[in-house]
Amino acid sequence: MASARQQQQSRDATWDAIVLRTLKVNGVKLVTYVPDRVLTPLIKGIHADAFFTCFPTAREEEAIGIVSGAWMGGVAGAVLMQTSGFATLPNVLASLVLPYQIPAIMLVSERGTLGEFNYGQALVCRTMRPVLDSLALEHHTITRLDELEFIADRSIKQAVATQAPVVLILSPLLTGGKVFKT
Amino acid sequence: MANSKGSVRAGNAKVMNRADLTRRLVAKLNGEEAVIGGIGNTNFDLWAAGQRPQNFYMLGSMGLAFPIALGVALAQPRRRVIALEGDGSLLMQLGCLSTIAALAPKNLGLLVMDNGVYQITGGQPTPAAASTDLVAVAQACGLADSAWAADEEDFERLVEASLSATAPSLIAARIDKEPAVATTHRDPVQIRARFMQGIGVRQ
Repeated sequence: MASARQQQQSRDATWDAIVLRTLKVNGVKLVTYVPDRVLTPLIKGIHADAFFTCFPTAREEEAIGIVSGAWMGGVAGAVLMQTSGFATLPNVLASLVLPYQIPAIMLVSERGTLGEFNYGQALVCRTMRPVLDSLALEHHTITRLDELEFIADRSIKQAVATQAPVVLILSPLLTGGKVFKT
Repeated sequence: MANSKGSVRAGNAKVMNRADLTRRLVAKLNGEEAVIGGIGNTNFDLWAAGQRPQNFYMLGSMGLAFPIALGVALAQPRRRVIALEGDGSLLMQLGCLSTIAALAPKNLGLLVMDNGVYQITGGQPTPAAASTDLVAVAQACGLADSAWAADEEDFERLVEASLSATAPSLIAARIDKEPAVATTHRDPVQIRARFMQGIGVRQ
């Protein structure tokens, strides 16, 4: 039987615990989101931690507007969303975040690949990286637990230092994704 | 018209002028308030009313003046934040009214300039123009302190109340279809840098 210490260590090593810790270490206090089932443990953990101000918004671009305002007001923020939510963002990225040089941190739960059951999600997913590349917007796809903290921590620091947004795509290889239940 | 709130509806509010109302708003400020101007004529007239370093001018991202202002208000709870938005812009992001009502920041005032048209694109009527009362929408979203300004005097009274309110408020003003009186200098990085200096985040 695992000891209490081992259980604590395994909880600390989950992808959501690592993301939460990395946001905290980097002073990312504001977290807004439009939910996704895969993101549920992260959203729960952030809500339960008094360090964060965390709330849902009606749309992803609204969330981006809020973290942009908060950044200008002196508080760093992140937006959590799923792939289809990212697909609603090109206008706000191209007309607010990029031209005004705002280091918005975006975490995208990747739907539409590696076992997707919804054709619409699969097609939306294919638009994500071409959009990011067309805007020359920094993005990383995180597939491995042992690389998560390094990529997330360095990317947040780079975003702030260079005043540029970053998108961290959380692959089903990392999170387990969402699977079709028969 | 003397009575403020309650009896004034979209249909009986006086049609006023955006540049005039914006100047009246700015004249009520003590200097520290952050003001977020929405896309188009709303921020052009804010620019024309005097270029305060605490002003932020939105050049794109239609509909995000209220969300940006909410972010500033959350980041700086001791600073009063005011957002100016057009009716067409607000229609693009009505959900933000629910978000603001749910969070209920004590330092956020919302202002809607409503002429019922997409003025900057040629004056086409908005889908809301014929049948939607934006103050009623805001109230139904949970922003109880929402009102039409009956006339200029009432507008000033509502602005004063908003500046000392302890819950988010929304003021809607019916405005004419006059174009903006100036155009904001379109330099996004300069706008952000000046704003961040103006609200004490950057040196």
